[in-house]
This record gives sequence, structure tokens and C-alpha cells, in this order.
Amino acid sequence: MNPRFDFHALAPELILTGVILVVLVVDLFLDEEERWRTSRLASIGLLAALIPVITLAVDGNDRVMFGGAYVVDDYALVMKGFFLVAAWVTLLISFDYIGEGDYYQGEFYFLLLTSTLGMLVIASARDLITLFVALETISLPTFVLAAWRKHDPESNEAGLKYFLIGVLSSAVMLYGMSFVFGFSGSTLLSDISTTVSADGVAPLLLVGIFMTLVGFAFKVSAVPFHFWAPDTYEGAPTPVTAFLSVASKAGGLVAMLTLVYAGFFGRPEAWQPVLWVMAAASMTLGNLVALRQTNMVRLLAYSSIAQGGFMLVPFAVAPDGSGTAATSSFEAVVIYMLIYGAMNLGAFACVIAIARRTGSAELSSYNGLIKSSPALAVTFSLFLFSLAGIPPLAGWFAKFVMFRSVLDAGTTAAVVLGVIAAINSVVAFFYYAGVSRRMILEDPAEEQEPVLVPPALNAAIALTALTTLVVGVYPQLFAKLGEFAAGVG
Amino acid sequence: MELNLFLMLAAFLFCTGIYGVLARRNGVLVLMSVELMLVAVNINLVAFAAFTGAIAGQVFALFVITIAAAEVGVGLALVLLVYRNLRSPDLDNLDSLKG
Repeated sequence: MNPRFDFHALAPELILTGVILVVLVVDLFLDEEERWRTSRLASIGLLAALIPVITLAVDGNDRVMFGGAYVVDDYALVMKGFFLVAAWVTLLISFDYIGEGDYYQGEFYFLLLTSTLGMLVIASARDLITLFVALETISLPTFVLAAWRKHDPESNEAGLKYFLIGVLSSAVMLYGMSFVFGFSGSTLLSDISTTVSADGVAPLLLVGIFMTLVGFAFKVSAVPFHFWAPDTYEGAPTPVTAFLSVASKAGGLVAMLTLVYAGFFGRPEAWQPVLWVMAAASMTLGNLVALRQTNMVRLLAYSSIAQGGFMLVPFAVAPDGSGTAATSSFEAVVIYMLIYGAMNLGAFACVIAIARRTGSAELSSYNGLIKSSPALAVTFSLFLFSLAGIPPLAGWFAKFVMFRSVLDAGTTAAVVLGVIAAINSVVAFFYYAGVSRRMILEDPAEEQEPVLVPPALNAAIALTALTTLVVGVYPQLFAKLGEFAAGVG
Repeated sequence: MELNLFLMLAAFLFCTGIYGVLARRNGVLVLMSVELMLVAVNINLVAFAAFTGAIAGQVFALFVITIAAAEVGVGLALVLLVYRNLRSPDLDNLDSLKG
């Protein structure tokens, strides 16, 4: 059998691979003060890779390659588009930070793009080996990126902690995968699904499923596997933190979606209780600890743990409600991910902008920001209120689809989880609004200069703010994307 | 030979690895413990592949070996970086970030 090579279906990955190599080589031949040009190359490359994603979506055929191990369907395309845009916004955010820091610019963009390539692959992976390789392609560059400030012990610590937890979770995940493979005799998720759904499965297979999901729980920093996240987020360069909290987390979630829906769906008792507990614990612990943070980046780290919990809620209710919850929970995860991406990247862009003047992310440095930079204070409040889920900002729609999946499920366990989520939404409002209150009502410690925001960062803030506003007022935009993506083959 | 013997060996190695990761304070030894866990995975994969005849397991093991090598490359670089700045490979010194 001769495998057919579909160049159109692989075009996004091929283009990005080409650009990655060009960035790496071009960087060698540029003088130090010309190095910033690699960022332009990287940004053009990301946008160029977006073109085949759009043409493939217009074409509309599902393309199955490599014996079913690699599938380009609507779900994969939506996620690929999201990853490319998120990486592009990260590029805008990092441009001035990296340029002014006198860091190794060419290598930075090379690693960022490589990680994005892994995300493109993970969206299409329908096979354990492909999933594993894609996940490592996402993770390995980010270990280095987290330790980017070489001479700063905090950045070193962030990188090493992230690395150790990352390889430990990979090892646990692989050990689980080895059992899943052993009992189904195949690494293809379609074959695994058949074995898993059959009657009388071996207990070790259930252990395998459990350990595989625990490995991914580390990646999405779900409680109780979250303890690395705040330290890594605080110590890493802030643009890298933005990338980790959005793109890298979404990569783990996409892998979980694929595994749960395409592989393990027929045996909910192996994963539903675990995900229920992780969702409830992530929301509660993330929000409660965020309440007493004094550092903005740590606050956003715990907030992203809590948001990860909200994104796990639909998983935990998916098998209930005689099939209706399966579709609506799948949509809910996808839509929540897209909206969370826009508002969290925007929030981090604002943190980076404000840190340009103060050089710190301590909450006290946000006091009275509205007096010196009213626009920035209002935009940052907009992102915070969106994260809290206040209409008419996009965050409310993310929460809405999450609660809709809970109601579609309708079981007692689902409703209890829904109540926990509702209480947590209220708790979360306090710390998000607390930051806003500091910026608007408190007086600044001393007379402050206005924050100067460079054009690239401004563009990133404007783009994410616009998305947050437009999707909040006109949610059908992302609802359509979610419906388009629903279902994984 | 029985499949269970291989699985038990792998489980023993995996547990040794986890113990090492949790108990060791030296960065290099933690890395080696993670390698032990990955070796356990490989034994599992190859044993399953040999007993069920599914060749994908051996391919999987090859991928695991390759990526483990890349991981160790990055890991040693990071441990070296910390050693340069703190003059010690001891992970207990990594405590500047808290809260």
C-alpha cells in the first residue's frame, strides 16, 4: 500500500517548518542590530501558514492520512487557526520585550515557532505516537523559553521547575499509554476506542487511561498537578508566560479532547470521576489562592488554573444526558478555549505594558493607573471583567456555554459541579474587580509618567480587546466556530 | 517467559524512578530517575509488542528513546545553567519563587 501524500492538507505544517528553518539560518547572517528582522519573518510565516488553514476550511473535506493517524477535519482546522493567531499575538507582545532585553532574538522566535508547529500537529493527531511526539514538540522549546533570562536565577528556577515537572508528567503519561497500547494492540485512537468500549476490559487498561490523563492534567495545570504553574509563570519572561498560559495550555486541552472523545469515550467510569474532581478542585483552589496574591503575574497564574477548571467542567459531564451533552460539552470546551485565549493574552499584554514603566508586577504598582494612563487602565479592566464573566464581554459567553453543557447533562453530579462553578464565578469576581478598583479608585504613591506603549504591543492589546468586545456582543461569531468544530473523528 | 514478568520488572523500575524523583535533591540524579521511568515505559512497550505481535509498540519505543535523548539534552543544559548561577546542583536552593 502506497501512502498518498496530501500536500494541501499538510501545507500549514510544511510552511511553518520552512519558515522555522529560514529564521534559524537567516539569524546566523544578521548583524546584532539587524536581528529584530527575524521577528518580521516569523510573523509573516505564521500568517502564511494561516492561508492553507482557511483554504482547507473552505474546501471542507475531511482528509485522513497515514492510516488514520493524522486527520485534518473541521475541529483540527479551527484549533490550528486558533494556535496560529495566538502565536502571532504572542509574537507582537514579545517583540519589544525581547528586542530591548538584548536577548538572543533569532533563537527566541525559532523556539516560539517550533512550539507552535507542535500545536498544529497535536490538533490533527489521532494516534498515541503522534500525540506524544507533538506534545514533546510543544513542551521542549518552552522549557528553554521559560529559562530565557540566562543570568536571572528566578528565570533559571522557572525553567528547571517547569522542565522537571514536564518530563515527570511525560513519563507518567507514557507509562499509561504503554498499557493502553498493550491491551488494544494498536496506537490508533479508533482501534483503542473499540477495545475500550468492549465488555470486560482489564483493570490495568483502566489504570492506563487514568495515568495518561494525569500526564495531560500536568500540562493544563489542573489541581492537584498545578504547583509548578505559579512559580514558572512568575519567573519566566512575561511574554513567555502569556504563551504558556494560553497556547501551551490549549495544546494540552486539545490533546485531552482528542483522547477522551476519540479514544476513551466508551468507558466513562475510567475518566469521568477523575475529571470531575480535577475540575472542582482547580476552580476552588485556583480562585481561593488567587484572592490573597500580591503579585499580578501570580494572580493571573492562579486565575488561569481556575479557568482551566472551568474548561474541565464540560469534560466531566460529557457522557451524561443521553448524548446531548456530548456535543454541547465538546462545543463548550472549544468555545471556552478560543475566548479564554483572546482575553488572557490581552490581560498579559496589559501587564507587560504596565511593567514597562514600573518594572514590577506588584499589585501596589497598579494603584491609580487611571490618572496617568486612562486608556490602558480601562482596557485592562475590560479584560479582567471578561475573565470574571461579566456581560457584555466575551467571558460571559464562555461561562454560558459551559453552564449549558452542565444543564444538558442534567444528572445530580453535573448539577453539583455546576453549583460549584457558579459559586467560583462569584469568588473570582472579587479579585478581578479588586485589581480594577486599585487602578481606578486608589491614589498613586507618587506622581506618575504616562505608560508609553510601543506600536506592536498596542496592536496586540487592540486586537484582543476588539475580539473580547465583539464576541461578547455578537457571540454567534464563536458559536458558529464551535458548531463547525464539534465532533472529532 | 510470561508477559507478567516483564510488566513487573517495568513496574519496579517505574516505582524506583518515581522514588528517585521525589527523594533525590541533586538535579542530575533527578534526571537519571526520570530516565529510569522512561526505560520502564520502553520495557512495557516492547514486551507488549513481542507478545501481541503489534509492531507499533516497537516503533513507539524508538520514538520514546529519541525524545528522551532530546529531553536530557535540554535538562542537562538547564541544570548546568542553575549550577553556573548558584554554584550548586542542589534543587533545594530553588526556592526564590513562593507565595
